[in-house]
Order: sequence, then C-alpha cells, then structure tokens
Amino acid sequence: MLKLPIYLDNNATTPMDPRVLEAMLPYFTEQFGNAASRNHPFGWQAEEAVDYAREQIAQLINCDPKEIIFTSGATESDNLAIKGVYEMYAQKGNHIITATTEHKAVLDTCKHLEKQGARVTYLQVNEEGLINLEELEAAMTPQTILVAIMYGNNEIGVLQDIRAISAIAKKHGALFFSDATQAVGKVPVDVIADGIDLMAFTGHKMYGPKGIGALYVRRKNPRVKVTAQMDGGGHERGMRSGTLNVPGIVGLGKACELARLEMESDTARISAMRDRLERELLTLEESYVNGSREHRLPHVTNISFKYVEGEGLMMGVKDLAVSSGSACTSASLEPSYVLKALGLSDDLAHSSLRFGLSRFTTDEQIDYAINHVKEAVTKLREMSPLWEMFKEGIDLNSIEWAEH
Amino acid sequence: MAYSDKVIDHYSNPRNVGTLDKSKKNVGTGLVGAPECGDVMRLQIEVDEATNVITDAKFKTFGCGSAIASSSLATEWLKGKSVDEALNIDNMEIVEELALPPVKIHCSVLAEDAIKAAINDYRVKNGLPELEAAKSHH
Repeated sequence: MLKLPIYLDNNATTPMDPRVLEAMLPYFTEQFGNAASRNHPFGWQAEEAVDYAREQIAQLINCDPKEIIFTSGATESDNLAIKGVYEMYAQKGNHIITATTEHKAVLDTCKHLEKQGARVTYLQVNEEGLINLEELEAAMTPQTILVAIMYGNNEIGVLQDIRAISAIAKKHGALFFSDATQAVGKVPVDVIADGIDLMAFTGHKMYGPKGIGALYVRRKNPRVKVTAQMDGGGHERGMRSGTLNVPGIVGLGKACELARLEMESDTARISAMRDRLERELLTLEESYVNGSREHRLPHVTNISFKYVEGEGLMMGVKDLAVSSGSACTSASLEPSYVLKALGLSDDLAHSSLRFGLSRFTTDEQIDYAINHVKEAVTKLREMSPLWEMFKEGIDLNSIEWAEH
Repeated sequence: MAYSDKVIDHYSNPRNVGTLDKSKKNVGTGLVGAPECGDVMRLQIEVDEATNVITDAKFKTFGCGSAIASSSLATEWLKGKSVDEALNIDNMEIVEELALPPVKIHCSVLAEDAIKAAINDYRVKNGLPELEAAKSHH
C-alpha cells in the first residue's frame, strides 16, 4: 500500500538512513564524552569516534582526515570559507568571484563582505545554468583571492565544470571554494582531481543528520587557512571552536561511508527513475526541463509546465511533497532567482516544480507521481485562460496586461 | 500554507469553469492580472437584456488555489444578481467567505476587479458609459 504524501523533495533534506541512526545512538547516552577531554576514557572514546568519522568522510572525497573541519552545516561552512579566506588573505587582495545561481548562504555572505570593502564579481550563467569559463578567466585579477562556485545547483541540479574552474583559479593564484552540499554523496567528488581548496557539505542532504556539516580545508599545495568566525576553545585546528557534535559527526561519517559504498548502484537506480519521471512528464505539451540535462545531478529534475501557476499546481499535487520555483508560498511573489538567471520568463519560473529523488524512492511512487502530476496539470490547464489563449493561437505577449 | 475548507472545495470542485461567447452583445468579459505576477483571471457574465439580470457566469483562472477559489465563488454569487447588485460585491466579502489569509487578499481584489471589468465590458458594448471605478482602479 502506497503511503501518501510521497516525499520527492530530497534536495531540501533527506530522511536519515536507519543505519546512520543506529551508528549514532550510542553516542547520545553511553558514549557521551567530550572529544576534547584528554584525561579519561569517556573523552578518548568520543575522540576515537570522531577520528573514525573523519576517515570515513576523507575516503569519500579523497582528502586527508585532518583536512575536515566540522561545522553545524553547509551554511556555516559557506560563511567560514568565504569570510575566513577574505580575512586571512586580506593582504593579497579583496576580490571574490562567484555566480548568480549560488545558494543564498554564499551570495549573502559575499554581499556582507561587500559592505566591508570586498569587491565581488557575480558571473551570469547561460540557459543551461553553466558559467562561462572565458568570462571567469576575464574576471580574474591580481587581487582575486577566491573563486566560489557551487558543485551542483540545489534548484536545477546543474553540475559546473569544476575541474576547468579550479584550473583557472589556480592559474591566477586564487583559491577555489565549492559549495558541494548537493553533490557530495551523490556524484563522485575528489578534491585532489577536482582541484578544490575549500569545500562545504552537510549531513542531511545525504541521509545523515541535520545540524552537522563540514568544511574541507586543503593542507598542502597550497596550505589553506581561514580565520575563525567564532572565538573559543580553538577546536578544529583553531578554525572552528565549539564542543564537537559527536553523535552528528558519527552520523555524517556513516552517511559518507554508505554513500561511498552504494553511490554507484544508488545512482543507476535513482537516475533511471528520474529519467522515467521526466520522460513521462515531458509528454505533456509545453513542458520544459530547466537547466542542463547533460551536466546534472542524478536525482533531480526541475520542470516548468507552461500556462499553469506554480502554487496552484502545488495544491493540485497535494499527494506529493515537492518544491516550486514560485516563492508565492513564502508570501512574496518573486519567482526563483536561479530560474530567472537561466533566462526564464517570470511566468515559466512560476510554473515550475522540482522533483528530488532519493535512495528510498520506489518505482511505485514514481508511477503515482507521474499520473498525479499529469492529472493536475491537465485539470489546471482546462481552468487556465492562458492555456485557452495559447490553444487559440493568441500571442500572450501581444496582450496588454493590467499590472496589479 | 494551510487553506480553508472552502478554498479547497472551490479548488477541487470549481464552479462554472468555462467560456461564454464574447462576441455576443449581452456577454461581458473581464480579463485581469498578469502572467508574470502569477495571477490571471477571466470572468464572463451573460445578461438578460430585458431584466438586467445576470443569467450565467463563467471563469477561467491561472493562479494559486485562493485565486481559483475567489473567481469560482464570484461566479456563484453573480448568477441571479442584477448588474447593479453585482457592482456591490466587495472583495472583503470574498475574504470572509473563503477565510483568506492576509497574503491572499490580493486574490479577492483581483476577483472584484474581474467582476467590474466584465460589467464594464458589457456596459461599453451596450452603449453605456464606462464605470469610474473600473477606470481608476489600476
């Protein structure tokens, strides 16, 4: 029996894998020690668990365990990386390059630094969601200290050409930071091969717990340092003070181990379901996939259904937990800035749904989702004056709409 | 966002979805809103010219559940009313009936605008002066 609603919003957060929970449980009660307590077995046990998790994480992204700085999540990691580099490398320069489709945790951090004197270049993306490498190269200056480009986008799943981007940053002597929140655990990420100097990621997007994240900080070629953003006991090589969240760290470690072992089989299964969902929904007239379909995370698709409105559509697909590119639900009428950056008109941006699949998504759920969305779109189009005009061959741009 | 039962009812079972023949002299059509704002309502009335009573009303709406419900409710209220009575429908009555939250009041305003625009279209078609309210609203 299919349980409703069906969760297809796995780019927002994933359920925790029961194996992760199991690994974490002892560290709440019996093994509750503070990993910084050096003088008794409670502390040693906790430290051992943290070290083991560091290794599990390091293996997934091909780094040294010492290069992992634990944080509360990707937002904190983004802040620590960007502000930390800006402060640490102030003598070298004040220029940061990023892109318009980055997560708010990156964009707003950059805006914050602009007020303090940073110069920030926001690269545009093409209709596929990819930045232009020539524009990146042209934007590099001797004052450029950091290039911050995300690995995989949270709304459309597009994967940037990370290796080419890092090569450009390196060539011009800048550090390369990537917010890889959506990518780590979903696609092979290798900080050495990818040329990444700093990288943010989090537990709860890969079947791990919320409230735990990490920042990878390269230790050699080059040795990267960031200024701490919180004062305290000097944990995490002085870069992030605060008692370590041992159960969370154990959970993140376990989630990374599972991702490493199961990524290949998960990806094959999940992307096959995603492709089927997408293929079926594209049989609806005037439906479009947003962003690159070639360079993309395996578990997400973002589709616009022209002539239906996103919030109305969300209400029509009430048996599905999905996300809409229309932000009406949050009381503002602004459509997604990511979709707008691709060049989508407001009405198409308003009419989009993001489907995010997971390890736990089943074929039966996808079958249900396909029918449910098709029915809702068809019903709403029968109700839509825009659809009627489109069917009559009226150019909607020729109409003088009354603003309100 | 939690929708009221009445909004859900109108959204799930919209009343009077459809199209009237806009070329007929006794049909008034109002088209309000804009696609880029996420709401477009088209509301039509058919008037018995002898009695000035609205005999039929139809709508089509591109928008959120509250916009669909507001226009569906408007068509229900319009049927059987005289054109003059219909002019008195106030958006706050729609807000109350559907228990719309503050962020959705604009849906009821749009429905009121659509009613006035449809009546205005009917008036102009029949040689009556344009309504001041409809002209000045935007």
